[in-house]
This record gives sequence, C-alpha cells and structure tokens, in this order.
Amino acid sequence: MSTMNFHLRLWKQKSAADKGEFIKIHATEIPSECSFLEMLDIVNNRLTREGKEPVSFASDCREGICGTCHMVINGVPQGPGRGAACQVYMRKFENGQTITVEPFRVGAFPIVKDLVVNRGAYDRIIRSGGFISEHTGGAPDASTSLIPKPVADAAMDAAACIGCGACAAACPNSSPMLFVGAKVTHLGLLPQGQAERKSRARNMVRTMQEEGFGNCSNYYACEAVCPANVPASVIAMLNREYIRGEVSQTVGAID
Amino acid sequence: MDFPYNTYSMTSPATPSKAAKKSCGCCIPLLSSPIGRKWIVAITGIVLILFVIGHLLGNLSIFVGPDAMNSYAAFLKSTGELLWVVRIVLLTCVVLHIWFTITLWRENLSARPQKYAVKNDLGTTVYARLMRISGLTVLAFVLYHLAQFTWQAFNPEYKTWIDAQGRHDVYRMVVTAFECPLVSGFYILAVGLLGMHLSHGIASLFQTLGLTTEKLRPVFERGGLLIAWIIFLGFASIPTAVLLGLVKCSASVPSCPFSH
Amino acid sequence: MILDAKIPEGPIEKKWTSFKNNAKLISPANKRKFKVIVVGTGLAGSSASATLAELGYEVETFCFHDSPRRAHSIAAQGGINAAKNYQNDGDSVWRLFYDTIKGGDFRAREANVYRLAEVSGTIIDQCVSQGVPFAREYGGELTNRSFGGAQVSRTFYAKGQTGQQLLLGAYSALSAQIGLGRVKMHENSEMLDLVLVDGHAKGIVTRDLVTGEIKTHAADTVLLCTGGYSNVYYLSTNARGSNVTATWRAYKRGAAFANPCYTQIHPTCIPVAGEYQSKLTLMSESLRNDGRVWVPKAKGDTRNPRDIPEGERDYYLERKYPSYGNLAPRDIASRSAKEVCDEGRGVGPGGLGVYLDFSAAIARLGEKTIRERYGNLFEMYGNITGENAYERPMRIYPAVHYTMGGLWVDYNLMSTIPGLHVLGEANFSDHGANRLGASALMQGLSDGYFVIPNTLGEYLSTQFGKKVSTDMPEFKKTETEARAFVEKLLAVKGNVPVDEFHRQLGLIIWDECGMARSEAGLKKAIADVRALRERFWKEVAIPGTGAELNQSLERAGRVADFLEFGELMCIDALTREESCGGHFRVEHQTPEGEALRHDDRFAEVYAWMFQGEETAPELVREPLNYEAVHLATRSYK
Repeated sequence: MSTMNFHLRLWKQKSAADKGEFIKIHATEIPSECSFLEMLDIVNNRLTREGKEPVSFASDCREGICGTCHMVINGVPQGPGRGAACQVYMRKFENGQTITVEPFRVGAFPIVKDLVVNRGAYDRIIRSGGFISEHTGGAPDASTSLIPKPVADAAMDAAACIGCGACAAACPNSSPMLFVGAKVTHLGLLPQGQAERKSRARNMVRTMQEEGFGNCSNYYACEAVCPANVPASVIAMLNREYIRGEVSQTVGAID
Repeated sequence: MDFPYNTYSMTSPATPSKAAKKSCGCCIPLLSSPIGRKWIVAITGIVLILFVIGHLLGNLSIFVGPDAMNSYAAFLKSTGELLWVVRIVLLTCVVLHIWFTITLWRENLSARPQKYAVKNDLGTTVYARLMRISGLTVLAFVLYHLAQFTWQAFNPEYKTWIDAQGRHDVYRMVVTAFECPLVSGFYILAVGLLGMHLSHGIASLFQTLGLTTEKLRPVFERGGLLIAWIIFLGFASIPTAVLLGLVKCSASVPSCPFSH
Repeated sequence: MILDAKIPEGPIEKKWTSFKNNAKLISPANKRKFKVIVVGTGLAGSSASATLAELGYEVETFCFHDSPRRAHSIAAQGGINAAKNYQNDGDSVWRLFYDTIKGGDFRAREANVYRLAEVSGTIIDQCVSQGVPFAREYGGELTNRSFGGAQVSRTFYAKGQTGQQLLLGAYSALSAQIGLGRVKMHENSEMLDLVLVDGHAKGIVTRDLVTGEIKTHAADTVLLCTGGYSNVYYLSTNARGSNVTATWRAYKRGAAFANPCYTQIHPTCIPVAGEYQSKLTLMSESLRNDGRVWVPKAKGDTRNPRDIPEGERDYYLERKYPSYGNLAPRDIASRSAKEVCDEGRGVGPGGLGVYLDFSAAIARLGEKTIRERYGNLFEMYGNITGENAYERPMRIYPAVHYTMGGLWVDYNLMSTIPGLHVLGEANFSDHGANRLGASALMQGLSDGYFVIPNTLGEYLSTQFGKKVSTDMPEFKKTETEARAFVEKLLAVKGNVPVDEFHRQLGLIIWDECGMARSEAGLKKAIADVRALRERFWKEVAIPGTGAELNQSLERAGRVADFLEFGELMCIDALTREESCGGHFRVEHQTPEGEALRHDDRFAEVYAWMFQGEETAPELVREPLNYEAVHLATRSYK
C-alpha cells in the first residue's frame, strides 16, 4: 500500500469565547486509500501519543447520511466532491499538498471547540414548523391517498437533506435557505402536508431570521456543496410558499 | 425551553441577532422578512428592466435620424403629468430596490462575523458576486446621465439647441456629448455593468418570485444573459456609432462637455 | 430469580388485543403528573418521546449527538417490513410473524413477534401520514420490494434511505412536541448511570459532552432506547459513536442482559481495505434482489471477473438454497461467504470478498432501472473503492451490523429493574438469534409508537404518590460514583490512544466471537479481553480535562464498557452450546455445515445478572414456549 504526506493547517479554538488559530502539522505516511477523517484519526492518535491534545472534529456514521461531520476543507464545506466530509478520500489530494481545515464560519453556528460548531439553530427551525402534526394512531390507511411517482420522487429528493449545515457554510451570506426550502418542499408537495402548508413556511422563515442567518442572494453555492444533492429549486418553492402564506395571513384569507 | 449551548453562543439563539431585531421592527411582516423584501427587490427590478428596455427602444431612434429622435423626445415631453407619474414610479422603484438591498446586505454581513481563511467561490457566477458593485456603479452613472442630459447641468447651452421644427435638438446634444471619448467610454462601461447586473438579476428574479424549476432555471439563466447582452449592445451601439462617425450631426461643434 | 415475561393469556392472535382491553390506563389528568425520561433518539426513542408527549406525559429526552436527528437509525438503507399485502401476493400478519420467528431460528419470544407483525401495518400508515416519501408506482400506489428470508414483497422503502426517512419522520414528530414545550430535549448528553430508588429506576446521571457538567435527572420511569453493541467489534457498520454504555451501566445496576452472543453479520458490506479503517460500510441487502452472488470455482483465480466464463463461476447461494437463492437470510448468506473465502476462493485483497454481480439484471432491466433502484449505493461503492459496479461486479464481505441480544424485557418492555423500560435494538425481544432484513426499523417504531404507549400504564399505575427528586441521597450517591468513574479514567494518564484498545478488542471478538465460534477460541478470547482491559486501565491516554468537549474521554468511557461487555458476550457464546442463527458454534453443525440447534436444551433465553466486578455473572433462563408454531429445522433450500 502506498502512503502520502500532507501539510495540514488545522483550526484550534478552545471555545467560542477564545480566539482560534491554525496549527501546522506535517502528516507523513498516510495510507493513500484512507478517508479524510481516517487521516485526521491517524494525526490525532499521533498527537495523543506525544501527549498533545488532539483536534476535535465531529463525525458519526462515516457513510454520509447522519450529517454529524462538518468542516471546511480548502475552502469547500464538506470537502471536495459530492457527499459529506466523511466521504472524502485522500486519493482526491496530491502528495505533499497543503490542506487547510477550518470550521463552518456561520454566526448562527457558534464554535464549540476546534472544528466543531453548534448547529442547534437548524433543529430550532424544524421545531418551528418542519413537520406534519399527526397524532400517533390516528392515521388513515397508507393506501388512502395516491401520490403520483414524480411527486413522491420530488418530495424524496428534497427530503434527502442530511441537515449538516454545509449550505449555510458555503453561502456567502450564511443563508440556510436550501435547508429550509428542502423541508418546505418535501412536506408541501405531499397531500399530507397541505393542512399546515401556509403557516409552515412563515414560521420556519421567521425562526431562520431570528437565529441570525443571512438571506438568499441566489448565488447557488449551497447547491454546489450540498452532500445530499438537494436542488436550489427548493428555494424557489420556499419563496413561493412563504409569500402565499404571508399574504393570506396579512389579508386574513381562509384559503 | 433552554438550550444546552446558551453560554457558548456568539449570537445567543434565544435572543435574535442585532440585524434581525432591527428589521423585525416593521409592522408588516412582508416588509421585515427576508423573502418579502427580496420580492420587493425583484418586482422593482422588473419595473426597472421594463424601463431600461423602453428607454433603449427610444434611444435607438437616433439611428433613424435627427427628426425621429427629436420628435420622440418632444412626444415624451408632451405627456405632461403622465411623465411625472412615470418618473415618480421609477424613482420609488429605485429607492425601494436599493433600500431593501442594503438592509438585506447588512444582515448578510453580520451573519458571518468571521471570514474563511481559504476563500472559494463555489458555484457562484462573477455577475452574482459583483451585484452590489455593478448596481452602485450603475446608480452613479444614472445620476451623472441625468445631470448630463436631463438637467443639462454640465452644458447649459444644450438647453438653447433648437432644431428646424423648433423642438429641443436632443439628437445634436447626444451626438455632441458622445463625440467625447471620455463620455462614451464611461457610458459603455456603465451599460456594461448594467448588463452584468441584469445577467444575474433577470434569472435571479424568477428564482426569488418562485417561478424557477430545475428545468426552467437554465432557460431563465440563458434568457437573462441574452437579454442582458441585447441591452448592453443596444445601448453601447450609440456611442460606438458616434465615435466611428456613423452617426453625426452637421451642427455639432466637437467639444468635450467637461471642458465647460 | 424467575423471569416472568407477563405474556397475556389466550390464543396468539388475541393476546395483544386482550392485553389492550385489560391494560391499566392512566387518565389524561394524571398523565401530566408522570415524568418519563427517554434516553436515545433513534427510531424507538424519537417515536416514544413524541407519542408519550402527545398523550400528555411530561417527557425529557436525552441523546449524546448534537441533534436528535443524528441517531444511527438514519443509516438504515433497505426498508421496513409490513404485512399490508398491497401486492396481493399472499402476505398476512401470520406470515410475517412466522417468517420472523423462523428467520430468528426459533429463539425469539412468540407473543412479542406476533404483536410486532400485528402492528406493522399501522406503522406504515403512521409514517405516510407524517410525510415519509415511500417509493410509489406511477399510479401513485405504494410499491414494495422483497427482502431476505421472505417469499413475498412486503418491504416498503424510500430509495436507499429508508432509515433516514423514517427517522426524520419520528424526529419531526419529536420536534413538533419540543416546539410545543411538551418534550424537554437534552442534546450532547451522555447517560453515565441509572439511578435506583428502592430498587426502581427513577432517574439517570448524564454528562454534558460540551461543558463536561455531570448532572442527575429524576423521573417516574426511564426508557432506554440506546441501540445495539455492534461496536464491540470496533469495525462494524454502526456509527462511530454507537455504544453499549447505557445498557451496560443499567446491567451493572441489576438489569438482566439477554443473549449477548446473538449478533448479526450482514452479508453485503464493502470489504476491509486496511488497518487504518475506522468503520465498515454496508451495501443494502436489497441489492441481493437483483445482484447474483458468486466466486470463481477454482481457488486463487485472480482473473478479471468479466473474463471468467459462466461455467467457471460458482453461484453458491443459488446452488445451495435453490428456493431462496440470493435472498437467503443474512446469517446463512454471511456464513456461506466465509466458507468460500476459507476455501481460498475469495476475491479481492486478502481473498476476503465475494462478487455481487448485476450484469444479468442490467441485461434484463436496463442500466436505467438499476440506476433508479440502487443509484446511490453504486455511487457510494464507487466513491469508497474507486470501482464502477455497473461495469464490474461489486466485491462484498460480511460485517457486523446489528445485535439481537440486549437487555431482557417482558411483554411490557420492562427490564428486570422495575421502571426501566428498554425499546428497539437495545432490548432482546423480537429477533431471536437472527434478524430478517427490514425488521429492525419495524421493531424500533413498533416499540416506540404503538407498544410502549400501551404498556407503560402497567408500571406507572403502581407509582402514584411515589415522586422522587434529585435531592435524594440515592441520586447524590450515583452521581458521585459516575463522577468517580470519569475521574478514574482521567487519572490513568497513559500514552496509548483509546482507538488502539478498541481496535484490539475488535480483533479479539471478531476472530473468536464472530461468524464462527469455538470453545477454545472463546476461552482464549475471554482471557485476552481481561488482559486488554487491565492494560487499558494502566495505559490509556486521555489528553485534556473533563470540563470541556473531550472526545478522547467520551470514547474512553465507551471502550471501558465494551471491554467489560466483550467478556460477557464470550461467556454467553461459550455457554450456548448449539448453533442458531447468527451464533455458529463450530462444534455444532450438520454434516453439510448448516447450524445445528439443540432445542431440547437451548430453546431458552439466556439472561445474565451482574454479581459484582470480580464475580461471574449469574445465568437466569426464560424458557421459550412455542404454542403457535412448531419448532422446525430452518431450511431455505
């Protein structure tokens, strides 16, 4: 098995209150087949052996679905290629390359430590409307409503969002509208989601604003990095849904 | 409800950030929400694009000849109050377009307190990134343009130029002005930036208004680019034609407006 | 001690109904007065939290992740079973029940499994109502696929991300309740210990993983929904954070641990590539619907698979199990793969792999259809291995995936500690010695949405007027002990990273308590685990302090528990002198190499009770009485 060497610049920051800085590490003899996070594991274990503190980074499933991992590799949230940071492999880099790893820089995602940020704002956005209120046990038979395949597929494409925060991290405005749009689109397309359709977009957008996120300027950087391939058309749907809901609310329309 | 990170947060989740608080001061949610304000920017954008297209069509009368242009100008003047209504609508659109852009921009700036060490323009176009600069340059140009041709502030003698039919000789004024390469150069640069502004703006407004789908986006993007190029080439053709001597005025005295 | 499973009287079809008819109810006014702690936010934890909060209980939910949506249920790919019979292919509640019992090699509790099959359909109704975008036909009807161990198509799916969609459905229901203030959510909170008051589970001790704060929380009952222990193998398809800590510490407080040796080795995973590897990636079992498994007939055949003619290939699953073929249950498919690799016919690096070939399906259905069905899986495979599975067969090898064992629970999902309920993969109840594909999601949601809301009253109705508070000495004492454990870890100050111990533990357990187990091997493993544990407590390195985010400390606590748990697992495997399902003892096999059960001695649940750090655990047995089905030799031929 061949090995590679890299010059790493890793962000160290004790907490949100502290000032952070890059530490430089010469990572030698990294197996070329290993993943980016496995490379960081190797580096951290070496630091630990030397009695130094490892660099904290979040990860869990390591197959790109849980959305736990989050970091910016050479300016790209979740690293080069499709998928989350855990799906980046070292063969994507060149031997001897300098790799800069920094945390998501989003005001609404305060730094916890090193590369780990707090993305609780996304949970709070969902709590304000990203659901269908369905009392357990009260559901009609699953075959009651027919949903044409193209609609079900489009809902699924939007529902594939892993909630990792890369959209807000990539957006020059730190806007999470791909995330919000994905949920509004997923639920808005399905017949089950119609009852709360108008309040959903309104409430989620309001929470998004209260959390201190920026606004969409149609840059499409979010779409370029989204590990789940969520298309930016969900933002168009969010824009439409929001205005519909807000106008009905303002004029007091029932429908 | 308490959140586990409260003590750690830079922008405490429980209290809205500064920018958010300010914009929420408005009583109409549509005007305080990001999407509502973007709708206004988009709708005012449509009005301004329509104006730009109309203005271009009028200006192109220069290629028909002095009579066409001067009679077109005289017609506009003759509309009286209507012209003022149009002017007020346009002015309102410009103000709203700029005002809401600025409030959104301020929020966007505060949403990223710390910049990335490695910058990477992911998926964004240069037009999109230059929207604010192109917009502000176009604004500066519009003011200059109004001063030059509408208020005739630089060359008060323009006011005295009358054609054979006794109408204001707009044709002569335009040709005289464009014979100065500096004026033409600034004009071409400005309409170039306007073109860039529209290359992002046109496709973008469809997205903001929620009309974009995955299939339609490339259509809007290419269509927007095409319209932007047509507008740029249309406007730029006038000073170019003057400089190349394709459009000239017998009565004109080659003089640079800046010399006065 | 006698294990009373509290199975309701009556014929199997009537048990759940008659239970519900006679169950103790808590009135709406009283529900408000009861507080429930839920640990874990996977399918079981999220669905239980949401449903109990809807019912009016005061719920506090804990997860060690930064968001409840990250729980590892999210990674399940293939689907969820339900006896809907939408395909009109002869499915029924009975068939799902029987397939699950048979798939579990007749080591599961009949009544629980029947209940699972009975509520399976309602789960689909519930999920569709929540907006789970299950795959549909062009006409809009729900579509199904077939899965291992069944001869009907009863698996509902959402692309290759069914677990994600089901979890996000439960997460959205939970989020709605959090938004309404009915659930108090504690993220980044790891459960360190269980607090008992008069022998009843009345609270937990947690450590805030961000601030390091150690706190106690009191309630009227505790629900553990903390998943399985596959990570005892270090390399598994589980998430890195999945751990045994919550259930292990409950075990040490008196909850019986049942059948820890029942683990599932999933046949279709991407083979191990190197020593640095941190986890294994599963390729959904649904791939076996269209993929054909084969190895070269000749040993050491290193030709390009495309150059090996049909006649020189051994489609061993189709050959050995003609009626189920490539859809043979997981334990059988895994063991067969191990067999052919042991014979030296494995493919790829180290000969630890078999081919999963889609060329026939692509020829029959076209690449477009295959891409639609499995596109994301093929992409994932390509990303990890750098190979294109549309052109070259995938290489797959078994990997640890799920654990059927868990804390012992009765029909009400209550453990041997009164007040401690255990749901989902963390309990032992429904899958016997082997779980069928697409049944884990079904069980997690069944426990959370439909079982616990009905059974919780049995316990709570006995708890009126027995309020506890964190000021009680029991809470203080347990908190002190939990704190001492963390401090003991920090005091080791060795220089060997935690991962090192975890990896070594994994190798020991995989070699001796993996796909094939032997008496000598298990005895050696027990000695090795003990030695490793001793080294751990002398040499483990944990930089940093306990008062901050300290990932080494988090991992060290979990690995310390795995180092104890691994021993119990081997003890259980050693004691169960038969082969059944995922538990294959080489001493007990048929002449053809199939698992050989000894129903006369082992048709029982083995539940282990903690007796002290230095004392061997006590074995308690629950006989499995099969009234509805006849014990049969499982045959998929």
